[in-house]
This record gives sequence, C-alpha cells and structure tokens, in this order.
Amino acid sequence: MTKKNKILPGGIIDKPGSSKDYKTGSWRSQRPVWDKTKCIQCLVCVNYCPENCIPLKEDKRVETDFDYCKGCGICAQVCPVKAIIMKEGK
Amino acid sequence: MTKNNFKTIALTGGEAAAEAMRQINPAVFSAYPITPQTPIIEKFAKIVEKGLVETKFVSVESEHSAMSLMVGAAAAGGRAMTATSSQGLALMIEILPITSGLRLPVVMNLAMRSISAPLNIHNDHQDAMLARDLGWIQIFCENNQEVYENNFLAVRLAENSKVKLPVMVCQDGFIASHNLEGVKVYDDKIIKNFVGDYTPENYLLNLKKPLTIGAFVMPDYYFEIKKQVADAMNEAKKVYLKIAQELKKITGNNYGYFEQYFMSDAKAVIVAMGSVSGTAKAAVDKLRSQGKKVGLLKINLYRPFPYQEVEKVLNKIKFVGILERVMGCGSITPLTSDISECLNSKTSRQTYILGLGGRDVQMEEIEEIFNDLLKGKLSKEPKYVGLKN
Repeated sequence: MTKKNKILPGGIIDKPGSSKDYKTGSWRSQRPVWDKTKCIQCLVCVNYCPENCIPLKEDKRVETDFDYCKGCGICAQVCPVKAIIMKEGK
Repeated sequence: MTKNNFKTIALTGGEAAAEAMRQINPAVFSAYPITPQTPIIEKFAKIVEKGLVETKFVSVESEHSAMSLMVGAAAAGGRAMTATSSQGLALMIEILPITSGLRLPVVMNLAMRSISAPLNIHNDHQDAMLARDLGWIQIFCENNQEVYENNFLAVRLAENSKVKLPVMVCQDGFIASHNLEGVKVYDDKIIKNFVGDYTPENYLLNLKKPLTIGAFVMPDYYFEIKKQVADAMNEAKKVYLKIAQELKKITGNNYGYFEQYFMSDAKAVIVAMGSVSGTAKAAVDKLRSQGKKVGLLKINLYRPFPYQEVEKVLNKIKFVGILERVMGCGSITPLTSDISECLNSKTSRQTYILGLGGRDVQMEEIEEIFNDLLKGKLSKEPKYVGLKN
C-alpha cells in the first residue's frame, strides 16, 4: 500500500504487486558497505538476503538496492571474505 | 399494511431465526452445534435439505472454523450467516474483530448463554458482552417476533455500503430460543423484496478486479483503518433507523434504538435488554394500576450505543435501575457503564445483577426493584437480586 493511495474500507488493496511501492529501506539504522575489490563474487550474500535486494547483473552481484535493504546485516555475517561491513546510519 | 400478507406460526426463537434465514437465502451458512443455539442449526439444516434455499451449508469441526469460513465466504462476495452461543462465541473471538476489521457483512444469530466455569448451559448475557467492543453491531431481542424481524434488519444494515460491518442478533437462550410463541411470518415475496440481493463493490471472486483482502499493515496505516471501523459504526447508527422505518412499513413494529414504556411521567425507570424487558413491562403494568410512576427503557441497539438519545430520555428521570445479566469482576458492569455516561447529576442510578446462569427472574423481583427505586434506595454498589446467602 502506498501513501498516495486512498485507504479502502478494511484495508483492501485493489492493485496487484503493491508491496513494491512500500520502501522498507526506510527502516534501516545500519547500512551494509560492500568492498568491490575484496568481493570474490561467491554470491552467498545474494542467496541469504531475506529481502532479495542484492541484484545480479550478468551473474555478478552489484550494489545493494537501498530502497528495500532493512540493514539486517545478514550479508555481512555470511560473507566469507569480509567484503561487507555494517556501518551506523541510513 | 394489508391484512393477509403474513401467517402466524408457532415458532421457537431458534426456529424464528431459521425461518428468517430461509427467506434471506444466504449464499453460505456454517455453524457448529452448541446449546442453546441448536434449534437454529437444526431447523435450518432441514430447510437446506428440503431444497427450500440455495444456501451452501458447511459442516465444520469447531466454531473457530465456522467463523473463519464466514470471513472467507463474505470476502468471496457471498451473503454469509452463522449462529452460536457461549463457549462457541468465545472460540470465535479471534475471528470476530477480523470480520469487522475487514468490513465483512456477516450476520450471526446468538442464543445468549452463560460463560464457563462453572459449566452451565442456561441464559444470561455474558457471551454477548465478550463481543461488545469488537466492531460488531449488536441488536437485542425481547421475543421471537423481534428475532425474526431483526434478522432482516441485520442483513440490510450489515450490507449497507456506508456500514459494511458484521451484525449480531442476540436472543435469550432457552427463554427465547426454546420457547414457542406465535410469530407473524411475512410473505416470502415481501421479505425478499425488503432484503434484496447482496451486491458488494469489492469481492475476491471478481476476476476482473483482483484484490488483496487481509494484507499486513504497518503502524502507518493500522490506526486509520481502525478509525474507519469506528466511523462506520457511527454511520450504522443513522442507517439503522432508516432501515427500521422501512421494516415498520411492512410489519408495523417500531424498532427504534430503544423502546420507551410508560416513561413520560415516570419517577423510576428500569433499563433492560432482552426477554427480561417483557417481565418488566408486566411489572410496570401492575404498579401503574396501583398509581406508581414507573417505566421501562428497553435497549434494542446495544452497539453502536445510542448515548445522546438515551441521555435525552433519561434526563428527567429521578431514579434509574439497570438490570444486568452479567457479573462485574472488579469493574462496573457493561450496561451500567453505558447508562452512566447518559446520566446527569440529578439522576441516581442503581445496578441490579440478576438472572445469571439461567436463574429465573420473577415479576415480583422486578416489582421489588421498582419499589426500592421509588424509595430512593440507591447506591453505586450493585445489588444482587435472587442471590442465595
């Protein structure tokens, strides 16, 4: 549900796929900082990301999609080469 | 009103509800048998079996399932009805605010019964009071005729586009549900015309307009959606009177927010709900014949409660007695809380707790209550009528 939409009775949503409009990235208090040079492209972080917000381009991960990253830190935890570290702030 | 548009049939309150459902012809009915609601499900099952309705009758393993099924059926776009009592309603509780929160117009017949423990199958209002603040409209019935007619009112009210809320039609277990009374059953055509077809704006089975019903909502929307339920309740109050007026044109019976019985010059007034109102009317008649200025205020629409309107009719009454078939447990009993909100400083009130777990309420006890009130013996402490030492 987006803020622009009128709230229908009972919170009914009449547009499919509206969850994309809800930018969960606003919940973030820590952000993952990805060091491209250390990354070995093993894609473990991509598979573990619960928000599915580490995009792939030609079989390689690119920068996290911060519209949806909640800053949970799982990617940093699972990275075998410590190429991702969590930093305070949005 | 023409003369031959009804037949008077001997029906129990339970059967009156089932007969009303036959004429309403809901798309889906589901309930789990529980005393004293059983005559409703029993009679309606026979109606379905004979093919007198097109209703899909779904047998379930519990009231929780029955109520969940109501949510599904109503969300799908069907007219959904159920019935229960006591522990059955308690088991449905989880689903009740879901029904109102999703704005689904389910109609339930409740044959009111005490709540365990101790285990008891007889009448009081403790089950209905469990659901009084869950976004359900609650209509209380004095007799079987009211049960029959209020079912039609309930369906129209629930399905009104400004309301879209579930409605509970409350009758006293055994006292109404199992006792035979002559009920004026109106012609099918007249009732079908009054009730009409259910045509929801939004429903799940409309494949041209896909919907999500029951989505997760974060703190930034929950508040607003709950406020909509409160607003709809306020709308329901207005719509109720309009529909009641329409119903009056058919049956001649007046379903206001409440019924005033000898109140205009009364010094002492009893406020009551349900079948005990009948006993209270008989007591009023007797005391009036002795020249005592007593009256009765019978509440029909309990939720949304008509606070301002009750205030207007009680503001000149000196003594108000409130009959409650509920035990207050470290709290002011429900009807007393509502009535207290309507009283000014010149009016004194007294709560009388009675008739719990099917304890019979005698006319003499109501007479005593009136005499008690007329003497001005009032306090904030409730009095327990008919309680053994």
